[in-house]
Amino acid sequence: MTEEKRIRMLMAKPGLDGHDRGARVLTLGLRDEGMEVIYTGLRQSPDKIAQAAIQEDVDVVGMSCLSGAHNYLFPAVLEKLRESGAEDVLVIGGGIIPKEDIPFLQEKGVSAVFGPGTPIKEIADYIRENVKRKA
Amino acid sequence: MELVEKMLSGSDLSLARLITLVEREAAEVPRIMSLIYPHLGNAYLVGVTGPPGGGKSTLVDRLTAVMRAKGFSVGIIAADPTSPFSGGAVLGDRIRMQQHYLDKGVFIRSMATRGSAGGLPRAARGVIKLLDAYGKDFVVVETVGVGQTELDIMEATDTTVVVLVPEAGDTIQTMKAGLLEIADIFVVNKADREGADYLAVELEQMLRMSPKDSGWQPPILTTQAIHDIGIQELYQEIERHRDVLQETGQLSLKRQEQRKREFIQNIEQGIRATILKLAEKDGQLVSFLERVEKGELDPYSASMEILSNRTLLQTWLSELEKEG
Repeated sequence: MTEEKRIRMLMAKPGLDGHDRGARVLTLGLRDEGMEVIYTGLRQSPDKIAQAAIQEDVDVVGMSCLSGAHNYLFPAVLEKLRESGAEDVLVIGGGIIPKEDIPFLQEKGVSAVFGPGTPIKEIADYIRENVKRKA
Repeated sequence: MELVEKMLSGSDLSLARLITLVEREAAEVPRIMSLIYPHLGNAYLVGVTGPPGGGKSTLVDRLTAVMRAKGFSVGIIAADPTSPFSGGAVLGDRIRMQQHYLDKGVFIRSMATRGSAGGLPRAARGVIKLLDAYGKDFVVVETVGVGQTELDIMEATDTTVVVLVPEAGDTIQTMKAGLLEIADIFVVNKADREGADYLAVELEQMLRMSPKDSGWQPPILTTQAIHDIGIQELYQEIERHRDVLQETGQLSLKRQEQRKREFIQNIEQGIRATILKLAEKDGQLVSFLERVEKGELDPYSASMEILSNRTLLQTWLSELEKEG
């Protein structure tokens, strides 16, 4: 009766970015990799992203940020997820993120950060290998 | 089951995880369903369907705001199609419903159709039940906008709202069977566009040509969901329809019908799973299968031979009991 597990992902745009081309490209690419991708749309607060992740019971949250506010926004989402008991969700980031910020983000719980030019396949494989909640 | 208890005491996270189990058709589903059964029947179920791009998600968003203003809690199921090529999906209805993200009285869940042919994922019925048990006053189900074969939604909900837009086609389109026969309420959305009044008039003429004898004539409303116009009226018509269903006893009849259908479907699924299992290992069935595959025996006489062989069927049953 059980069907194979499908990976569900929330693609989120925290903060005040002006466009979401990267997030859209990735949304389509991960759909083609067989994932169910829920897209939040632009300009979401950390609260809204965490709430959506919980209701949708996603395995992964991917956040894309271009504005430079990632050091505040990404940890805020992780904090909200932990508060709600959803610490078993894999969180990854992308966008314009300086290399020197990555260790800080990882320390806050962001598993990996993918910059511009990363092949979609690489991100999909990373997700498949690192999803924490195996069925 | 701990998850069910936590859900019943109000945990969003537990509800979300139960929905995942139901969606995955996990082995725990029958258990979950029987545990929540005593808590069912309080939610009123509204289906929203119609062609893609007609404004269904925006309409659901605004309708939810009206329900919330009246103090009702709302569960929303928003379905989008699964790709037949990759098995993946983009679920984008939620984008239109952002005003409710932080409202504890609204729970939104996006679902991919996962191989279901109609506009409704197979697991949607189970998810509706979870939202009902969770205590939502309304459960609003938005289908994939496929168009003409939307019977699933009519069977799964109490009031079906069909959303059309002026550019959806001429009257011949609307005379075709399917979408238009299932409507309890018609909405012509994007009514500020050219042709909206014309479509509404044509719909009305068409409905007059085949009046229903159920005591309910589907009303035709014009709305502009994005401008919040006509939404109060839509809510009132949903309430009016509910009252009529209740007064005429049709609501309880419909629920009876739903329970019966579910019971039979469950047995059917169980038997199908059993047969598939047997087809892998039962010697007699395997030999039939091989002959049918090769074309030595036609599928119809082969199945008749099996169905009329009582001893064979009984051996299977007892074997399954042993496995129990």
